[in-house]
Amino acid sequence: MDTVIQLEHIDKIYQTGEFAVHAVRDVSLQIQKGQFVAVMGASGSGKSTLMNIVGCLDRATRGRYLLDGLDVSILNRNQLAEIRNQKIGFVFQGFNLLARTSALENVELPMLYTPKMLRSAEQRERARRALNTVGLAEREAHHPNQLSGGQQQRVAIARALANNPALLLADEPTGNLDSQTSIEIMGVFQKLNDQGMTVVMVTHELDIARYTKRMIVMRDGRIVADEAVNNRLRAEEELSRLRDEQRAVQLAS
Amino acid sequence: MRILAILKIAARALKRNMLRTTLTMLGIIIGVGAVITMVSISNGAKAMVEAQIASLGQNVILVFSGSVSRGGIHTGWGSAGTLTIEDANGIQREVPGVVSVSPEVRTGSQVAAGNQNWATQILGEGADYLELRQWPLAEGAMFTDQDVRGANKVAVIGKTTSRQLYGDSGAIGQVIRIKSVPFVIVGELSPKGLSVQGGDQDDVLIIPYTSAMKRVTGQTNLRSINVQAEDASVIATAQQQIIDLLRQRHRITQGHDDDFNVRTQQEIADAVTGTQKVMRLLLLAIACVSLVVGGIGIMNIMLVSVTERTREIGIRMAVGAKGRDILTQFLTEAVALSVVGGGIGIAVGVGASRILAAINNWPALTDVQSIALAFVVSALIGIVFGLYPAQKASALDPIDALRFE
Repeated sequence: MDTVIQLEHIDKIYQTGEFAVHAVRDVSLQIQKGQFVAVMGASGSGKSTLMNIVGCLDRATRGRYLLDGLDVSILNRNQLAEIRNQKIGFVFQGFNLLARTSALENVELPMLYTPKMLRSAEQRERARRALNTVGLAEREAHHPNQLSGGQQQRVAIARALANNPALLLADEPTGNLDSQTSIEIMGVFQKLNDQGMTVVMVTHELDIARYTKRMIVMRDGRIVADEAVNNRLRAEEELSRLRDEQRAVQLAS
Repeated sequence: MRILAILKIAARALKRNMLRTTLTMLGIIIGVGAVITMVSISNGAKAMVEAQIASLGQNVILVFSGSVSRGGIHTGWGSAGTLTIEDANGIQREVPGVVSVSPEVRTGSQVAAGNQNWATQILGEGADYLELRQWPLAEGAMFTDQDVRGANKVAVIGKTTSRQLYGDSGAIGQVIRIKSVPFVIVGELSPKGLSVQGGDQDDVLIIPYTSAMKRVTGQTNLRSINVQAEDASVIATAQQQIIDLLRQRHRITQGHDDDFNVRTQQEIADAVTGTQKVMRLLLLAIACVSLVVGGIGIMNIMLVSVTERTREIGIRMAVGAKGRDILTQFLTEAVALSVVGGGIGIAVGVGASRILAAINNWPALTDVQSIALAFVVSALIGIVFGLYPAQKASALDPIDALRFE
């Protein structure tokens, strides 16, 4: 199988005032195409820092990072921006959609910065397709403040998919959502993963991690566990079970 | 990034805070408006002065009587009465390139017609005077050389004086009394408007200089002599020859000052336009200062905007915007502010100069050149003052920008 992410002895040291914070220590990791990985750990464990490095938002202090076969640890600011644009889709905890901008235009955003310009009709078409994938086709004209949290996160996922990235990165994507919506969002990720998309997700909730295929646990900047997920949950099953329970509660009352 | 997309983003960002956008643009509007108004006012004033100087006549040399110093007190040019009719005849006779010579005396006097009276300026002139000044008659005829020789009691009346004494009934053929001497009005002048100094040139009564000297003032000397040269190329030599001739005639030896003063039209024009140039520069400097102030306003608001939109910048960078894209976006916003402001400023400036021109009765001269320049300058202001905030935005770190609350 193709390796999408290959980290070799990655270190990240922040210099804050007089103290050097060693956020990531000697992390080596391989993630193959089609995997669905949860990176877990307490706050301060270095998981977000690792995600920023994997997402090409930040650079490692030491070590080598191959993304889709390309050594990105030697790239400059502009080249990293191009990698983010072409190879990576981001989903954030706080959605990070542009306010007072329609869902469709939010999804088009990454396409504004492609090295090869798209015709605006094609841009629109691709954005519609991405919105359709996350089940929000009929909400394209809505602004973020007219959408629920779950819907906003779907728009963010559609935006992440806009440039057909090799990798989908999610940083606590369910952190701001209630449990049922969280499961729905995990359903979207599972569906994308089933279609072959590589997904890496940071979370601190074990419940959420159980929807993935592989769990990596970090502590103090090191990987302390890396194992396949047993008894993997499927979002559709969980949702129908939830609905049955709700119906039972309604009947009982 | 597509230009259209950049413009769309800029327009949306500016529309989002309409009041702020308008206030920021106001600085540029006032600046550009001031520049356009200043330029057109000074152009209009210049054109008016040029017209007035041209109204002095074509290729005219003015010879003024000298000043006298009596007990240390110098009187002004024309007061000493050092010029005589013989001097005028001498110039006519001996200086080559001179077409016509018109001796002049002036006096202010009360004039009366019927039961009306009016204080006006009496000009004693030669028969060539109107030709020399290029001053057409509205009605009637100019007095002739014969009238001058005979010191006849004939007069040509200015528009203002005519209206004061006769209303609309017409002055030709009427009798006018200057110091109880009756003169017959043979012609009425067309209006000439204000002089360079702002006096009413139409408030006059023109009579033969001989009549003025003999019958009105009793003086024997001339105030000045108006000389018309053949064409512009001989003015300088004619001026020198007149000086030489008069020094000789007045027996002024070397080392002593002239008791007369010879001015060409060009010298007068230069003096007037010289002061105007200084005024113009001063006004332009003030206008430029307000443009710079407007530019600082733009920079200020763009800095605020960059801070407010740090998160947006972070999002854009996270999905692949390069520093250059962010720079372009903010620079476009700044230039849009200044160019739209500049456009409105041009409209305001053109309007204001039209109104001012209408009030002050001079031509509104807004030339395309200054409008184009104002437009380019306002775009430049947007670039210059927008560059620093845009650079600041483009240099943000995507992680820090995303974390910004």
